[in-house]
Amino acid sequence: MTVYFLCAVLLTMGLYCLVAKKNIVKKIIGVVIMDYAVNLYLIIIGYKKGGVAPIIDKTTNPELLERFVDPLPQALVLTSIVIGLGVLALMVSMVIRLYEKHGTFDMSQISKLRG
Amino acid sequence: MNPVPLYVAIPLGAAFLIPLLGMWWKKSGETLAVLSTLVLATMAILAVGTPAMVHHMGGWTAPLGIALVSDGLTVLLLIAINVIAFLCIVFSLKYMTAYTGLTKYYSLFMLMVAGMNGVVVSGDLFNLFVFLELASLASYALVAFGVEADELEAGFKYMILGSVASVMILFAVGTVYAVTGTLNMADAAREISTKFSGAETNPALLLAAAFFLMGFGLKAALVPFHAWLPDAHPSAPAPISAMLSGVVIKSLGVYAMCRVMFHVFGFASTSPSSAIIANAMIALSVLSIVVGGLMAIGQWDFKRLLAYSSIGQIGYVTLGIGVGAHVLATGGTRSLAALAILGGLFHLINHAAFKSLLFLSSGAIQYATGTRDMKMLSGLRKRMPITAATTNIAALSISGVPPFSGFWSKLIIIVATIRAGHPAIAAIAIAMAFVTLAYYVKVQREMIFGPVRGRAESAREVPAAMYVPLIILAIVCVGFGLLYPVWGSRILEPARDALLNGAEYVKLVLG
Amino acid sequence: MKGMTLIVKTITDFVVAFIVVFGAYIVLYGHLTPGGGFAGGVIIACAFILLMLAHGSDAAFAILPAKVAHILDSAGALAFLIIGWIGMTGGFFFLNVFGRGEMFRLLSSGMILPLNIAIAFKVGSSLFLVFAALAMFRRRSFRAMIEEELS
Repeated sequence: MTVYFLCAVLLTMGLYCLVAKKNIVKKIIGVVIMDYAVNLYLIIIGYKKGGVAPIIDKTTNPELLERFVDPLPQALVLTSIVIGLGVLALMVSMVIRLYEKHGTFDMSQISKLRG
Repeated sequence: MNPVPLYVAIPLGAAFLIPLLGMWWKKSGETLAVLSTLVLATMAILAVGTPAMVHHMGGWTAPLGIALVSDGLTVLLLIAINVIAFLCIVFSLKYMTAYTGLTKYYSLFMLMVAGMNGVVVSGDLFNLFVFLELASLASYALVAFGVEADELEAGFKYMILGSVASVMILFAVGTVYAVTGTLNMADAAREISTKFSGAETNPALLLAAAFFLMGFGLKAALVPFHAWLPDAHPSAPAPISAMLSGVVIKSLGVYAMCRVMFHVFGFASTSPSSAIIANAMIALSVLSIVVGGLMAIGQWDFKRLLAYSSIGQIGYVTLGIGVGAHVLATGGTRSLAALAILGGLFHLINHAAFKSLLFLSSGAIQYATGTRDMKMLSGLRKRMPITAATTNIAALSISGVPPFSGFWSKLIIIVATIRAGHPAIAAIAIAMAFVTLAYYVKVQREMIFGPVRGRAESAREVPAAMYVPLIILAIVCVGFGLLYPVWGSRILEPARDALLNGAEYVKLVLG
Repeated sequence: MKGMTLIVKTITDFVVAFIVVFGAYIVLYGHLTPGGGFAGGVIIACAFILLMLAHGSDAAFAILPAKVAHILDSAGALAFLIIGWIGMTGGFFFLNVFGRGEMFRLLSSGMILPLNIAIAFKVGSSLFLVFAALAMFRRRSFRAMIEEELS
């Protein structure tokens, strides 16, 4: 239970970083922290103490079936990390472009649109 | 052969082929994009009336593999997405000549279409998330396509909030997997309804539902999650604004929310927690209608006004669906719920038509005059008769003037809301319909009618490649209302039935 | 002098080939041992990124020109899709129509190996391009920022 709670703490920390910091690079770091908090959550879902790799062939001992780790969350995390990488690359390139335009990373100085 | 995977495979293939051929062939983007969206639009229209079908990816049957599902609701959204994508591409042919890097533009456009089609046909929660990310990622890049200061800022804001939404959705997907042990939507629905006898007995599922509501609400720009929309939609190039307002917020937000809430969680059944979720949906919708409408009045930037108007109109869509869910949750009659949901879906497809038309018209006006500030434009009726006429039709339609399509859908939603026992909400919806009329009258008075002044003096009618899509959409706006008996029973009613019958969806996918 | 110091350059020249070979191994044995197209593609891209860091971007582009990387990028994704299409001959998208072969042999598990190779091309070239694009930005704008920070 504690680990799930820590995941939630990490998620909240990312959200806080995103909301409270003015620097857009720090905002990106906040998003990445949130992303990884969820990845960690998915990994914890699939965790099994003393688990073994889920490979089945003719010689697999049937007793091992109980100890197989669930491979699906790991596949989900891999996909999610790849997506996160794409989002991060686009974010960073946008921040660099913003810096070129404004000469600053401060969101309050960049912000002209009124939302 | 089962055509369902084609909706994803064709635009994906085009998206990768365009930059490859673009190395040697300058016009690859235009040609391939027009061809592939034309094929997709034709396929979507031909899919009307076909029975619901499932495609098992790689031949693995449903709970094990990824299922691609096409039922009535899917067909409705597929028609909206692909027809509007085709018209936007045709409009782009001339409009986008002012920009550079056009192969990238068309490639990203096709990626966005692939993502949206994928979200709509996916029968698997995680697959839905991946396609949602694909469509969002392409749209972030397209919003910032102009790489000027405003576009970049709007794109960055959209991207940050969109990423937060994605995190929420992924968290909810993980939670559903942890509780039910499956990612297949139909299988998860069966697990939830049998093992837990509905979602309300398990707090983790309720948490997941709340996260889904938040994530999809952010993608659909419901108030209070709307902050990105009024910046992102006006900053994008006009065809992209039309796609974003016309179909992206609907397929990524409203459709996904409906599918998950109605089919996976089964919130369309009598239970206290269903009522809570339905109430939350109604509250968000009413907030959106009011805030979107009131904010739109004060805008002088035409596209910004349209963006705020989108928030309000999406509120009507979710109001219809939320009222339907509430009726079911409190044990009301099924026919009343069906009426409310029909109104919501009708307004969804109507809004797709007239909001894309308005954004494309704004693009045409900007192309001809170089500005979208309403103070600098007047008397466009004399200089650009076709664009002015289509803008008028769309404005009358969105503000609910009979006999245009918007009138009928708003009428159905309001009648259903009154009959469901929410007269106060219906009163707000009626009042805000008049506010909608007010700000579109302002658009007409300032821009279309009146003496020719300002930038309008030098304006000329746009080329045919730009006004033909406008005329087609204007015909659709009129036709949806008047010809409802012809197409309603074929497209809209199957969609409504698909949304109402969660059990049938489970039977369809799991066999 | 462009790039980093002589020590870094020499060591880079020495290890780059090994990194590429190791990446290719990860790609080709992805269906048998831990690894796969994505991981192998990242490792191969890292070799080129290392070249770019040590020798400057011109040296890396001399081996893998940006245009070629763009072509590989699109072609890899397209190849993935086409392999998926071949499955349609059996009636399903991504159906494993190739022979599955014998377990733990290199030519086994049907279409997974070609898919891994397609992904490796896609991921390797696009990661390289992402890094190159960000490095190009750096030349233009970040130098000014760094000078400002230092002063």
